[in-house]
Amino acid sequence: MSSVEFRKDLFADERRDDLNEVGQPTVRQDILGHVSGTTRYYDDHHFDGLLHMRCVRSPHHHARIRNLSISGVENMPGVRRVVLPKDIPNNLNTLLSLIGFGRDDEPLLSAQKVAYKGEPVCAVVADTERQARDAVAAIQVDWEVLPHVLDVEEALSPGAPVVNETYPENTFDYGRFDHQKLRFGDVNQAFGSADHIVEGQYQMSPIEQAPMETCGAIAAPETNDRYVCHTATQALFFSLGTTAKLLDLPSSRLHFIGGTVGGGFGGKVDSITEPMAVLGAMLTGKPVKFMWDREEEMQVGAPRGAERWRIKDGVMRDGTIVAREFTGFFDCGAYTRLSSYAIQKCAGHLPGPYTIANVAANVYCVYTNRTPATAMRGFGVTGVDFAIECHMDKVAEAVNMNPIELRIHNAYRDGDMKAHRRSAKNTALIECCQVVAQKARWSLAPDYNSASSKLGGGTQGRALIPQTATDSVGKIGERRRNTIDTSPAKQADGSVPEGQASEVLTAVPPQHPQMQLEAARVGHQLNGQSTGAEASAAGQQQQLQPQVRDSLQQTATDGASTVPRQTPDVSTTDAPLSPSTTADAQSSNPAPYQPTQRFSKGMNRPGVSRHLINRRRR
Amino acid sequence: MAKKPVNFVLNGRDISVFVEQGGNLLDELRRNVGDMTTKYGCGQGTCGACTVSVDGELKLSCLLLAELIDGKRIDTTQGLAEGPDIHPLQQEFVDGFAAQCGYCTPGMLMAAQVLLANKPEPSREEVAEAISGNLCRCTGYEPIIDAILRAADTLRRRPVR
Repeated sequence: MSSVEFRKDLFADERRDDLNEVGQPTVRQDILGHVSGTTRYYDDHHFDGLLHMRCVRSPHHHARIRNLSISGVENMPGVRRVVLPKDIPNNLNTLLSLIGFGRDDEPLLSAQKVAYKGEPVCAVVADTERQARDAVAAIQVDWEVLPHVLDVEEALSPGAPVVNETYPENTFDYGRFDHQKLRFGDVNQAFGSADHIVEGQYQMSPIEQAPMETCGAIAAPETNDRYVCHTATQALFFSLGTTAKLLDLPSSRLHFIGGTVGGGFGGKVDSITEPMAVLGAMLTGKPVKFMWDREEEMQVGAPRGAERWRIKDGVMRDGTIVAREFTGFFDCGAYTRLSSYAIQKCAGHLPGPYTIANVAANVYCVYTNRTPATAMRGFGVTGVDFAIECHMDKVAEAVNMNPIELRIHNAYRDGDMKAHRRSAKNTALIECCQVVAQKARWSLAPDYNSASSKLGGGTQGRALIPQTATDSVGKIGERRRNTIDTSPAKQADGSVPEGQASEVLTAVPPQHPQMQLEAARVGHQLNGQSTGAEASAAGQQQQLQPQVRDSLQQTATDGASTVPRQTPDVSTTDAPLSPSTTADAQSSNPAPYQPTQRFSKGMNRPGVSRHLINRRRR
Repeated sequence: MAKKPVNFVLNGRDISVFVEQGGNLLDELRRNVGDMTTKYGCGQGTCGACTVSVDGELKLSCLLLAELIDGKRIDTTQGLAEGPDIHPLQQEFVDGFAAQCGYCTPGMLMAAQVLLANKPEPSREEVAEAISGNLCRCTGYEPIIDAILRAADTLRRRPVR
């Protein structure tokens, strides 16, 4: 019955085979509920007197709201409440603010302008869904249509309309740069000595997760002055935290029930429906359902974002790829949601499962007037892997080589240094290629048939971080003034010695003093609560160093760490979740934020609801 | 608008309700009657999550006016189980991992039930055709087809009661 085949002959010494569950067929614990139809999804919770909420949405990609007329609507049959942006206590949020990454950029209901088709501007709560629809249709919005931009590269041009005022460059900020940089070795030098240069461009459309169950939530006042919320969310605590923040409620007043999801695939992490439903319950004192219909699911449900990739490879005649350069554009739509994070995940993944001595990448998180993008099945990696594997076939053609042999030839092996400065472990690409070739009856040369992921890796030239050429092109603000090439710079203006990673491994959340300045620069107000960053900075930095140094020594192998350390000018990655590391922080580089009282004293962060400050989590 | 009295038989049970004129059967079953086994997926007759059997015929309850079912016999997944035991069709779905998120499952089961009632010995193609109006976004179609074929086998073998 099962089509899964276990190849236990491979890596037998790296695996335990006496496990009871792994590799064994098992019955889902929830399947009896599924087949009997008794599994309770959020919409299967029945409440007496349930009210229905619907949104007034923008018919334009980009428009300013001149006037919103709700006169008479509140007297329409069944209408209980018209919900306006001013009813939302903290009407600006970004999902990852809960982990301190990025600036609040998205209103729950937009008061001034809309930046994508379908963006909600107000909502109606009524006795029946039909009455709510009628009321929504009766609300008049006077739109001033603005020029829009729907293409990532057009959005980067100097004259492009500003999509999201929080990021006036139309790009998310990665440290000082308007893109995520990755530099490993010197691609330009390697291109000069390569036998072939192979270039390609690849792109992927947005993809809607299209779960069978549409996004939604039901909220109701509960005893003890709480609100219960049944939700389809895939990220229950994200949704709870986001609701607490937007509605300025202590999270102890929210009782979220979820976990039963009628298909998610990433599309139910955005925490948009829960705050709306709870807000409706707060304003009416009644149970309220906010459920998207299928049209909303397709139009405003955040998809996997579009991506465009340009790849340039330097290849030797024998098939060795000596340099690979990426220029990538993620279309994150009008608001950040999770795209900023997807790009960091992507940068850590480059150049794919191959050992390439010189890698450079510029990856842009671009704002356009399209539906905001979010998570979907391996987001950040799926699009670029599609591009990489298409490109591998193109390279194979260029050097007239069997494409599977080309992959085995360039595959990473145990002990190889990856571009994100971590040594590769438990690699298995070669074995996968061999099995595929065998299944497809595609003959491989004996050398490739006998190759192994455990052999040939970590040798001289493969285990070390190479001397790395760096550049500082693409600082925030430069692109608005003149057209800058989006590809990695042709000229280096700095260098990091062999064996060294380039910058500090720390999360740089907005409470970081430097990021606070950044936020102030664009006029964004953070709640002025102390972060404890300054106080803890010096001591924490001292304590942190030995560990960082140890991990660096492990990664860089022997000898490398004896090189005197300097902090180079340019980072490989300059933002949170970065895998790259170095021991020393420059004096101009403020010390990292280190929470001194982790969770024990509540969440003392800017942007956090005031009810949470100094509150213990229960 | 005046509500309309409607009498029908749901899974062998007599039901009398006042329905909203112009309202659909899906909403009435879920909100008024309390049978939550039929699901809303699209409201436009494309996904099949709301599939029910009306007098033994497959219908999409989201497209069916509730006022038109007066005097009819409606079957949903709620009535599939046989006393304390689940139906062989459900058992094969369990054994064959033919449900992931489970949201399309009640509709799938109704499509399969009606197929097997009319055609106890369907071919693989006929099974695929029978569930072609039911979308499964977890894309578990193969295990579902396998499960329906095995259930057909089980049902044919078991003694007539």
